[in-house]
Order: sequence, then structure tokens, then C-alpha cells
Amino acid sequence: MIHLMTRLTKKEVLHVAELSNLKLSESEVKKFLPQLSKIIEYVSQLSEVDTKETKSTSQTMGLTNVYRENSGDSGETLTQEEVFSNTDEYNGFFKVPAILEGRTNK
Amino acid sequence: MNKYKIIIGLEVHVEPNTKQKMFCRCQQDHFGKIPNSNTCPICLGLPGALPYINKEAIDKIIKLGLALGSKINNFSRFYRKHYFYPDLPKGYQTSQLDSPFCVGGELLGKKINHIHLEEDAGKLVHETINGEKVSLIDFNRSGSCLIEIVTEPVFNSVIEVIAFLKELQLIARYLDISNADMEKGSMRLEANISLSSDGKLPNYKVELKNINSFKFLEKAINAEIERQSKALDSGEKLIQETRGYDEIKKTTFSQRTKADSHDYRYFPEADLPPVEINSNEIEKIKLELIELPEAKRKRFAEKYKLSKEYIEILISDLKRADYFEEASRLSPNLIMSIANLMVNKNFDKEFPEPAGLIKKILELTKVDYANLSNVEESIDKVIYENPDVINSFKEGKEQVIGFLIGQVQKMLNGRGDPRIIQQKLLEKLHE
Amino acid sequence: MNLPLTIKETQEGLKSKKFSAVELVDTYLDKIKKYNDEFKIFLTITEEVAYKKAKEIDNSDLTLPLFGVVGSYKDIFLTKGIRTTAGSKILENFIPPYSATIIKKLENAGVISIGKLNCDAFAHGSSGENSDFGTTLNPWNKEYTAGGSSSGSGAVLSSNMSLISIGTDTCGSIRLPANYGYLVSLKPTYGVISRYGVIAMASSLDTVGPLAHTVPDVETVFNVIKGKDYLDATVTEKSINNKDSKFKIGIPKEFFVGGLSKEIEKNISEVIKIYKKEHVEFVDVSLPSTKYAISVYYIIQPAEVSSNLSRFDGIRYGGLRDTFGEEAKRRIMLGSYVLSAGFYDAYYEKAMKVRTIIKNEVDEIFTKVDALIAPVAPTPAFKLGEKTNDPLSMYLTDIYAATANLSGIPAIAIPSGFSDKKLPLGFQLMAPRFGEDILFKLGKIFEIATDYKPKVAF
Repeated sequence: MIHLMTRLTKKEVLHVAELSNLKLSESEVKKFLPQLSKIIEYVSQLSEVDTKETKSTSQTMGLTNVYRENSGDSGETLTQEEVFSNTDEYNGFFKVPAILEGRTNK
Repeated sequence: MNKYKIIIGLEVHVEPNTKQKMFCRCQQDHFGKIPNSNTCPICLGLPGALPYINKEAIDKIIKLGLALGSKINNFSRFYRKHYFYPDLPKGYQTSQLDSPFCVGGELLGKKINHIHLEEDAGKLVHETINGEKVSLIDFNRSGSCLIEIVTEPVFNSVIEVIAFLKELQLIARYLDISNADMEKGSMRLEANISLSSDGKLPNYKVELKNINSFKFLEKAINAEIERQSKALDSGEKLIQETRGYDEIKKTTFSQRTKADSHDYRYFPEADLPPVEINSNEIEKIKLELIELPEAKRKRFAEKYKLSKEYIEILISDLKRADYFEEASRLSPNLIMSIANLMVNKNFDKEFPEPAGLIKKILELTKVDYANLSNVEESIDKVIYENPDVINSFKEGKEQVIGFLIGQVQKMLNGRGDPRIIQQKLLEKLHE
Repeated sequence: MNLPLTIKETQEGLKSKKFSAVELVDTYLDKIKKYNDEFKIFLTITEEVAYKKAKEIDNSDLTLPLFGVVGSYKDIFLTKGIRTTAGSKILENFIPPYSATIIKKLENAGVISIGKLNCDAFAHGSSGENSDFGTTLNPWNKEYTAGGSSSGSGAVLSSNMSLISIGTDTCGSIRLPANYGYLVSLKPTYGVISRYGVIAMASSLDTVGPLAHTVPDVETVFNVIKGKDYLDATVTEKSINNKDSKFKIGIPKEFFVGGLSKEIEKNISEVIKIYKKEHVEFVDVSLPSTKYAISVYYIIQPAEVSSNLSRFDGIRYGGLRDTFGEEAKRRIMLGSYVLSAGFYDAYYEKAMKVRTIIKNEVDEIFTKVDALIAPVAPTPAFKLGEKTNDPLSMYLTDIYAATANLSGIPAIAIPSGFSDKKLPLGFQLMAPRFGEDILFKLGKIFEIATDYKPKVAF
């Protein structure tokens, strides 16, 4: 049985915020720390359930092999105008401030 | 430099030539399209959009796996791989983890770990506009199918890497899975490189990315090996990192990446039911696999007794290989000439039909075609001397005609017009 | 004019020219204009669209299955060219370039779309108090919540501003507003109605469902929107053969324990008496694993939420990520945590396994009974602000809902009376996967036995 650290630390909260691409204010971190800790503590009750022989369920409808053969048209392809209907475009591109960091994976 | 063992593992991405993207019906081929004109709610990551598997991609990866001797998993599914980057519209990439389509395999003696399917991200270009540094994003490629082949860290030289990639490229072309063109981006490479001083697997590896041509591949890997070697010589400790190759400086450079971003928080993709492939289906596809390059090389060597170099050129293009074989069938004693003219003079480009090439050869060697009565005489003789074969033909084994034509040519010392021989032979056989 | 409260009444009225579709729209819009600012039910009112369609209907041969039915949709369904916010400021100005599949199905069936409904932001909540655009008030008593997260979808019917509405249910979010609104609603089997074009909350739990004033109306709408969609790989067209009589309903003892209000307990025992008179048999059953349902839900749901909200980076649409409300941020954080390296096995993987145990237990029960009866919530609607300081107690409101979402089974919420405070009371029935038919049959039995009449607040 895994010993769960059910009380979150501030460091963990900040780490999770970074993983989630969220910039939290100091007051938000202060607020979330006890709330998240409480919830994690509650859900940790699952550690008492014996699941050694149990498989996991990620879908309940039991389907397999749902795929699409090539169909004639390009279905849902949008026009450039539709693509940019909710933001500005620059010569047909989305423009963002320079990304200085490389990709971790491609 | 020789005191270190070079250890390289590869992650090769191949863009299959499917008609549509991996999870939507946008075109897979986005070449030449104006930016952001080849996207839909699904590959643009709009709220509410859902993926749907493109079967053609599965067919192609299974073919590839079988060709490389992989085991095809009976149960396979997709996972979400999370990280934030502007060219990844959903904030996660739909990929695979513990049950990829293909497990294991081998090519040129190098072991493959697995082969999996995933979707591609968009393209990011960096520019300066009015003094401001910006990045421009084009999602035309986002959601495209990608086949990823991951090898074990079993390469010990650049030469081995290049040979592996070239063979992989050839197989991809033979199977009509992809053109696997490095320069066009339909084959991309990431090399994990480290040096070992005690023969054991070191505790670090340097990921070399964005290698996009065979030319730079050799230079980049060698530059990195040299850098690592020098570092180890001077007692420096090497760290796990990602590096790119600077073509101008001819050195590798570190690419800053977010330290935490390797926690991908994988979990199974609930929007896509898993894929079950039974053994019968796999057998069926296996039987339909065409002859692969290595088998063709062996067969060509045995049957046509050509040099290694000639064989390599002829088999490097499936169409040329077939052309050569057809021409050789028509005129078995002109094989050397046929090979010569194809390899050295590309004569097959001028003569789309093998028979045309044969005719040209005969012209060049200034041999007149045998006259019709000689041909008919030889045909009669061959029919008389090969009753069993004739029976086979009459029973439906029509492919034996090749043998018969060959026999007739032999008798004519190769001076027969293959088209006439075939025509007259068939006439006589159908009498 | 007196607005009809059923599809049948509406269509008969149109056929007999008692009123026109345009007049229907006139009347609904009057109501909306008069009360919407106060009750915060609609986020977007599509007057032009409604009139255009109403005129078309008036000129048609009145044969489409839902012709003349005025409908509105939780603002989590994408509607092409019409602002869709998910109740969140981050999408305050988002105009989708495509429509959800079910919207297209409804409009093709003759529905007159009249607007987009308020909801908890990104469907995170069970009271409507998490909307970034103000809380929907319960038309039965404006000091009380309308239930959530499909708060507008319930209130719009109780205030008679539409005839049918559509919501989503990930953990009770269609059933609760119906329960607090004296309405009927269906949470269908997972995988029976397309989710394409529905802003995703938890991909393995989200369902789309109709709300209306009667069981036959909910059934009619269900039949129009269900079915395979070439854009949603998780939809299947199964349904189970079932009987017409001799129903057996299970009473899960774990649901009738401390925490459940006496009023609701009494009301449900009345319901059981009514069913017994109609020859429906009841047996006591046990679902011991449901005590873990909330924990399982509060691991799986935030995990999937954190994933589904990753696409909101402000580049292609919407605001930046700091525009997310507090509840969204909390769930994203929770989700990333339970999926992160070192915690995945103990939390997410564990929850997926316990989910199997819950699902198997539920499936086993249905080999003994045809349906289950349960409360929809532990109390009737609560006062605004009563529970918002404590996120965990809000979560406990979900205990009756979670079983159905985790096991993928369908559930129907049916009204059955009023409390001492004159707030609506109701119950829910659950059936095996693909057993919507059982729910409709049992629902109709109840309506007929009680001579049920739809009621609206004003």
C-alpha cells in the first residue's frame, strides 16, 4: 500500500500550476492550498479498496474498432476566414510573441 | 576518440501518404497550401471537436510493422500526451503509450523497440516584424498522421545510422506507405547520442533534433560526437539535454526547454475506442506483403548474377526493378545489356515499354531480327520438345509462356522480336 | 396567449391554427424580455433566428417531428455564428464556425431555436453559482438556486421561456435543475447521443440530454437527437429489448441514509406506494461501492477537465488562461495533480479501477431488477450562497448523481410534488445501459397514475 502524502505543500501547488500553464497569484496559492489538500485527503480513501485483480475502466460503452475509411470530401475543413473568426491574423498566420524555448518533443 | 563507445538510438518520424489526416478529414498532404487553409475544428483544437480514427493510417503502420518483423499488438489504443506549446492546439498530442500498434522488430540487424501512430503539430516560424520578435503559426500540418519508429540504442556509428535510414526509406517506398523524403520532411530524425567509456549504457543522452537531410545528418552527429568526446576528455560531466545543429557554425547548440515539461501526464484517450486486431487479419495482411528490398536483392543476385552496385540501383525503385525483370523475361540472353543500358544510360526512361528497350538493344548491337519463318520454325520445335509445359499452359498455368518465349529466343540466339514470338506462340497454343 | 406546455399541444395548436409559430415566438420573447435580466436565464437571445425559423414553419406542411417546438440550449453547445460562452468569461466573445451535431438534428427536425442558456462556467458546479455571468435564479423562488450546472436549461422551462431545452450531465447536471424545477429530464446512456460540438468537460463522463415538462416529450426529443454520428467515435445505436409490465425496481439502501432530508424521504416513499398500486414490485438492494463514487468521480473528472481545458491558450480563440474562474482553476490543478508523475498510479489509475468495481456492481444489480429508484439530491433547492464557501460539501450534493455517470447508465428525473417551502420535489430512476425505454415506460406509468399535469412557476 502506497503511503500517500495527503497534505499538499506550497512547492507542489506551484509545480502543478506550472504543469497546468496557470500563473497563480500569491492569494490564489494561499486559497488553493488548503482546498486542494482537503480534496486530496478525501479522495485518498480509495487506497483502502482492494484493486489488485481489477482492470481499469476508461470507457463504459464497450466499443472497439471505430474508424473511418477515406470519404470523398474534406469534411469539416474551414476557410481561412472561419479559422480567424475569433482572433487576428497576420498574412494568414497566427502571431504570438517570440517563443524562445525549443519543443520538448515533436 | 576511439576510447569511447558511440551509442546512438533513433526516433524516426515518417509521414504516411494517407489521403486524410489522423483524426479528421482534412487533407494529409498540405504541400503548397496557403497557411491555415487546411484545418478544421478537430485539428485546430476548437472547443467541442472530437477525434475519429483514419483507418488508412492503421493499415499502413501494420504493413510497416510486418515488413520490419514487429509483433502486431492484438489490442492497441491511443493516449493523450500533455504539454503546452503554441503549435499544439489541444494542449495535448494524441499518441500511444503502453500498447502501440507494433512491438519489436529489426532492420539491418538493428533492433526496433516499437512503432506507434500519433498526430503531428503545426509549424512555427520565427520572424522579426517592426523590430518585434514574433512567432508565426500555421496549423495546416496539425493533426497529420505520423508513424514513429523507435529503435534501441544499438547504433555505434554514423554509417550504421545512414544505412538504416536509407533502407527504411526504401521499404516505405516499396510498401507505398510514404516517400520518406528527409528534405521534404516526410521523414524526420531525432538521434539520442551518448558516449560510453566502459561499454555500459551511460546515465545521460543528448537528444539531437531537427535533422532534416542526409547531408546534415552525418555532419551533425559527428559534430555532437566530437563535442561529447572533448568534454569527457577534459573531465566534464555531460548532462541530459536537447540540442540542435547549426549548419553555419557546424556545431551543435543547446536548445532551452522547460524543465518540467517532460511530465506528460499520459492517460487513455476516452474519445477513441481501442483497436482490436485479430491474428487472422494480421496473417491476411502478411500474405499480401510484396517482396521487400532485401529479398529482392538476394533473388536478383541469384537469378541475374549482376554486381551488387547494379542490383542496388535497379532495386532502388520498384518500378525500375519490375521493368528490368519484364525486359529480362522477354530476352533472357540480353540481361547484361539491359542492365547496362538501364544503370548507365537510363534507357528505360526513353522506352516506357520493356519491349521497346529490347528492340533498341537489338538495333544497337546491329542484329537483325530473325525472319518470321525462322521464328515459326523455332516455335514449333519448342512446342514439340516441351509437351509437359504445353499441357501446363493448356490447363491454365499461363505464366509458363515466359519460359517458352525464353526457349524460343535461345534457339534464335536472341535474335527474335519478343513481340512476334509471343504473338505467334499464343496463336499456335490456342490452335 | 396561454403557452402550451407539451409538444402535442403545441403542434395541435399550430395545425388547427389556434396560433402561429410567430405568435409563439412573440409570447416567449415577451416573457424573456420581461424576466431575463432578473433571473439571468439566457446569455444570448437569438430573436432573428427564431423569427426566421418560425416563419418557415408557418409556411411549411407541419410534418417535421418537432415542428414549432421552441427550444433553447445550454451555452456549452456550439452554435455556428452565434456566441457560445460555456458560461465563462474566457469565451465571452467566442463565435463558433460550426454547430454541434445535436443542434443540427434539432433544427432539421423543426425546432425554433430561441437562445443560449446560462450555466456554471464550463459546467463546473451544481447550483449555477459558478457562472461568470451571474447566477440563474430559481423561478419557483428567486432566493434559491436553480440547480446546475445546466441551471438555465431548468429555469427556462419553469419560467416558460421555451418548451424544451438541452443540457449536459457529467454528474447530475441535467437531473438537478429538473429536480429543482418541477421538470422531467433524461441523462442518457453514455454513448447514445453525439458529443460533437459540445464543449467537453470530462470526456468519459459527459452526456447530452433533453429537459421538458413531460416524459413523452423528453422521449420525443431523445429520439430525434440520439443516434450514430460520423464525427463522434463513441456513439453506438444499441438498445435493449425489455418488457412492458411486471417491472421490478430496486431501492439502494446506501442512498437512503443520514443526510437525506426527511421531506424527500417521505416524498419518495409516497412515490413507491403509487408505483406499487400500479403493480410495480420493489426490492431492497445494496450498492456498497457507491460510497467511493464521489472519490472516484473527483479524481477522474478533474483529470479529464484539466486535459480538455488545455486547448484554451488564447491563441486561436478566447481569452488568456488567467481569465479562468476559480472553480475551473481549482479543477485544472486537481486534475494535473492526480495525473502527474508519481501520483498517477495512486490516484487516476486507482480511480479507474474502483470505477470498474462500481460499474460491475451496478451491472450485477440489473440482473435482479429492471430499474433503481433514488433521490436526485439530498435536499430540495438550497438558498443562494448557502454552500459556496465549502467546495467539499458542494461535492456531496453529487452523491446521488455520480453512480449513473461512472457506470454509464441512463437516469430520468421526474417531478413528484412540492416541499413545505413550495419548492419542487422529484425522484430519479436509473436503468441498465441502453435501457432508456424502461425509464420512459416507468415514467409514463407514474404520470398516468398521478394524473400528472405540467406546472410552471409563472
